[in-house]
Amino acid sequence: MNEEVRLMKGNEAIAHAAIRYGADGYFGYPITPQSEILETLEALMPWETTGMVVLQAESEVASINMVYGGAATGKAVMTSSSSPGVSLMQEGISYIAAAELPALIVNVMRGGPGLGTIHPSQSDYFQATKGGGHGDYHLIVLAPSTVQEMADFVALGFDLAFKYRTPAMILADGVVGQMMEKVVLPPQRQRRTPEQIAEQCPWAATGKGSRGNRNVVTSLELDSALMEKNNERFQRTYAEIERNEVRYETYYTEDADYLIVAFGSVARICLKSIEMARAEGIRIGLIRPITLWPFPYEAIAGLGAKVKGIQVVELNAGQMIEDVRLAVERDKPVRHFGRMGGIVPNPGEILEAFKRDFINK
Amino acid sequence: MTHEIIIAGFGGQGVLSMGKILAYAALMDNLEVTWMPSYGPEQRGGTANVTVILSDSRISSPVLDTYDIAVILNQQSLDKFESHVKPGGLLIYDPSGIHHKPTRTDITILEIDAMTATIEMGNPKGYNMILLGALIESRKMVGLDAVLRGLKKALPERHHHLIPANEAALRRGQELARK
Repeated sequence: MNEEVRLMKGNEAIAHAAIRYGADGYFGYPITPQSEILETLEALMPWETTGMVVLQAESEVASINMVYGGAATGKAVMTSSSSPGVSLMQEGISYIAAAELPALIVNVMRGGPGLGTIHPSQSDYFQATKGGGHGDYHLIVLAPSTVQEMADFVALGFDLAFKYRTPAMILADGVVGQMMEKVVLPPQRQRRTPEQIAEQCPWAATGKGSRGNRNVVTSLELDSALMEKNNERFQRTYAEIERNEVRYETYYTEDADYLIVAFGSVARICLKSIEMARAEGIRIGLIRPITLWPFPYEAIAGLGAKVKGIQVVELNAGQMIEDVRLAVERDKPVRHFGRMGGIVPNPGEILEAFKRDFINK
Repeated sequence: MTHEIIIAGFGGQGVLSMGKILAYAALMDNLEVTWMPSYGPEQRGGTANVTVILSDSRISSPVLDTYDIAVILNQQSLDKFESHVKPGGLLIYDPSGIHHKPTRTDITILEIDAMTATIEMGNPKGYNMILLGALIESRKMVGLDAVLRGLKKALPERHHHLIPANEAALRRGQELARK
């Protein structure tokens, strides 16, 4: 398959991109608003073409442990779910992080807590960026705002996961999962051969072969001195990721008197609010973190120092705002505007909230 | 050039698929396009709407509060969206099932009796295509040719025999809009 321009939903784009990346396996369990990922994979039947395994597991817990097993053999494997399902996966995600395995996890967030609503939300920010499961670990967290990024971040997520031997997450919301846009799908990549996997992943459980030693993949280390060494190694990896992989985008920041920080689909809604504000002579800039972990603290600190105030807009009660506050000087006003319960604010509503906080105080 | 469009009516009237065909037509004409459904556990009989944005430049928000064009298929949607059409904008509506007609004087209002036309044509499934024909006739955004190519791309091959009936409905909509 060559490069191709298509119109599709964000969820469908993830499925197409996974096949075209040359992924080896997908294991998942359906849940709104991301069921199209599994459905599209089943409809495309990649096991007939690239040999990619697509399996509907009996539960989310089974899915993530199939990912754990597949990743341990050096395969490029993934799962996807939505908020309640991703909560069920947290134990497995922690094990995958502790076993230093590459894997891709997609969370198309819906409103919580609990079963909540099937409508869009960003209320899993804390879960995704601050651990989620137990133990000192991080996921690389990518936040797409377009259908194109839904497709692109499959390859980026896998590449980063393999580069650093750590799981990556695409943290999307129901808006970008369900909307259709034009997307350029990359050409089909060949799946790696067993030889290529053995070369790329000398740690993988691929059979001893000519290797002198057995590869053992585990998260368990009962010797505390050795476990602390493991922890130190994980932390060195995270520090390296923080140095190398921070990604963000800015708009209209050159002359901005105020700054909006937003991620995912909300950043695009805010961009429209900013254009409306500029038509009224209010100069607001936008910074959109693309990696939520590692978080663009320095970029926000730099831009934050130049403005009178910062508005953080999220589909939650205020989660990313904590990282924005960590980034900027203490005396800088940082305010939050959010909707919950699956409600997506429109551009005018966001502008009203901004004016309430900063202009008509 | 940017067209910010809301299409709203009952589930089952072809609201989402009308938006989808329009989006595919935009794809054929190499425009940027965003199709954002109001989705949920909405079934036949419930309200459904879709925001379609066509542009020759990058599209920011997929969610809007005001629209250049509203295509309205029931009273609830008219009540909800009439006030959200930008001044100078266009409101297309089907009068069947409408008890209180639109009253705005600062926008263009186009009544398209698609229900009667679709019955006359003996093609009830062409209903939404009549309205789409009226839409592309009244604002230059995509041509009939692009819509037909979009239909071909959007429909699975086993349904391609339905394209001529859809084309007839699109052309009927264009005629109604010219009147």
